[in-house]
Amino acid sequence: MTSDQIIAILAAAIVAGTPLLYAALGEIITERAGVINLGVEGMMLVGAVSGFTVAVGTGNPWFGVMAAAAAGGAMASIHAFLTISLRANQVVSGLALTIFGTGLSGFLGKPMVGIVAPKTLAVINVPALSSIPWLGPILFRQDALVYLSYLIVPLLWCYFYRTRGGLNMRAIGENPAAADSVGINVFFLRYVYTVVGGAFAGVGGAYLSLAYAPTWLENMTAGRGWIAVALVIFAMWDPVKAMLGSYLFGGIDAMGFRLQAMGINVISPFFLKMLPYIFTVIVLIIATRKSLKKHIGAPGALGLPYDREER
Amino acid sequence: MKGKKKLLLLAGVLLLAVFLVAGCGGGSSDNQSANKQPAEENNASTGENNEAKDEPLKIGFIYIGPVGDAGWTYAQDLGRQYLEENMNVETTFIENVPENADAERALTQLAEQGNKLIFATSFGYMDYVQNVAKKYPDVVFMHCSGFKTQDNAGTYFGRMYQPRYLTGILAGEMTESNTIGYVAAHPIPEVIRGINSFTLGVRAVNPDAIVKVVWTNTWYDPATEKEAAKSLLESGADVIAQHQDTPGPQQAAQEAGAYAIGYNADMRQFAPQATLTSPIWNWGPYMLEVAQGVEDGTWKNDQYWGGLADNVVDVGPFNEDLVSKELQDEIMAKKQDIIDGKVTVFAGPIKDQSGTVKVADGEVMSDGDLLSFDWFVEGVEGKIPQ
Repeated sequence: MTSDQIIAILAAAIVAGTPLLYAALGEIITERAGVINLGVEGMMLVGAVSGFTVAVGTGNPWFGVMAAAAAGGAMASIHAFLTISLRANQVVSGLALTIFGTGLSGFLGKPMVGIVAPKTLAVINVPALSSIPWLGPILFRQDALVYLSYLIVPLLWCYFYRTRGGLNMRAIGENPAAADSVGINVFFLRYVYTVVGGAFAGVGGAYLSLAYAPTWLENMTAGRGWIAVALVIFAMWDPVKAMLGSYLFGGIDAMGFRLQAMGINVISPFFLKMLPYIFTVIVLIIATRKSLKKHIGAPGALGLPYDREER
Repeated sequence: MKGKKKLLLLAGVLLLAVFLVAGCGGGSSDNQSANKQPAEENNASTGENNEAKDEPLKIGFIYIGPVGDAGWTYAQDLGRQYLEENMNVETTFIENVPENADAERALTQLAEQGNKLIFATSFGYMDYVQNVAKKYPDVVFMHCSGFKTQDNAGTYFGRMYQPRYLTGILAGEMTESNTIGYVAAHPIPEVIRGINSFTLGVRAVNPDAIVKVVWTNTWYDPATEKEAAKSLLESGADVIAQHQDTPGPQQAAQEAGAYAIGYNADMRQFAPQATLTSPIWNWGPYMLEVAQGVEDGTWKNDQYWGGLADNVVDVGPFNEDLVSKELQDEIMAKKQDIIDGKVTVFAGPIKDQSGTVKVADGEVMSDGDLLSFDWFVEGVEGKIPQ
């Protein structure tokens, strides 16, 4: 394997990992606030179709990205209403959101099939940085949404662990009753984080339809929403680990084909496809053991609707 | 308190149920209603003059994907539209029918609605078609790509390997690096046969060229298929062929400044600077023949496998900017040779990847051998996953 080929695999890993990263970051935000939303696949699809429609209509891919975020957020607000206000079962509601999103995006996308977007998110070479050997071609010859994700990950990390807002967010996810008793508005904040999480998933979908593919086709996420859900567990609800995880999962995708193209057939492609889930199971096992030592793990109140009157 | 909570939960679940119904039904309900109008008009007219002849033949379709997939299902749906235009028929289709017990329900629904002919357009519907056909002996079932028949159920498929051979010739002429990439779908005989015939076409005009194969194990995942094509382009391929139902591989080729060959239907619009042509399905005339046979009562439960001569498969329109007139003529001449029987794609001598002669000079592979293809011919670089 030459260095060019390795660089190509790593650069492709970042492209393949970026939609997973956006979706996983959104799910981390939502889950940190104590709401589990399994509708990621549906929100990504609706984001992808609305992003593509608006980008085609306006000729500006950035309006498309914004529309995708809005659409993802709107989808998530359905989930928020059902699970936070009505206290419905979060798993059931999330699964329904996925099925609903799949159908809705197919319906909305009918007129968009077969259209080529006039302008999509193009690759931008960052001056100076892109000529660094190794790192340049891998990290800095990407499109703008990838660069945006480089900024968002550290910002989210700071928000989670270094700000009052992040502390409140984690508090409502760990112990909403305690958070409520010190005056944090649990219902309002859970709404906000669920909707913001949906917006991220929408952008992840738009990355597929505006930068990665770039076209609209029904069901184009092809299960990436579920990998993102697995990735959240893999990353142990941490944005930085989510970044590494998504590039790892993306890299497995990218490597599989390149090994085949190079004529290396040691590993079955079926096995490679299975790897993200195997990694997730392994991390689940490790995380469970660690959480026994009260180090890290799922937010304490994850999946539990908060009811003030039920103490 | 508990009672109120339960009530809220119930309300939530009911609301979800509404969404679910809306989500699932969204695709098919609108086109069914679109087809209702002509039905009502026709009923009204038959009511007036009471002539059975005027009643349109009702035909149902079940599709594996959305009609807008730009590939397999789109090609089948073009056949349905051809029927609507050329015959007094009333068609109904149901999209996104999975290859499980849902297919049996969809087929039953179409039979109950009074369709006299039903096309099931994916391999995995095979056993469900057989089950439903037993229950509705008056309805004719046509199953695409399967191998089971009964009195009222036949199969149909096309010799896609013939146009693939022709596109192989084109790829062999166009390549400069002598490396051609092939994004393969699932390791089944149909896909392997396509790769082999394509490679034979390539090697017929360019014996030095090789065809590199990468498996995606998908039919429909534009991002993954594009990624697979990229990996082939990075390893030196300058023409990309494919077997999936999306234009992902062609878009990868366009971005890399390489050429591509589509599949299923004319795919030039998705990558106008890369797509040379596409081997395409042309179901319309055949479906019309079947429908006419059902109407006249002459239909038989054949296992139909039509080729270029029957116009079921074809080479799609060429990209005039990229493919020279001489090259187009060369391929069209070869097409005529295949139609006339002067050229047979799988005629010996054919060697396998190790160089062993598998089909001796003067021999021709039988349809049985073709339908169970499980080895690659010489010139293919890649392995069939076990």
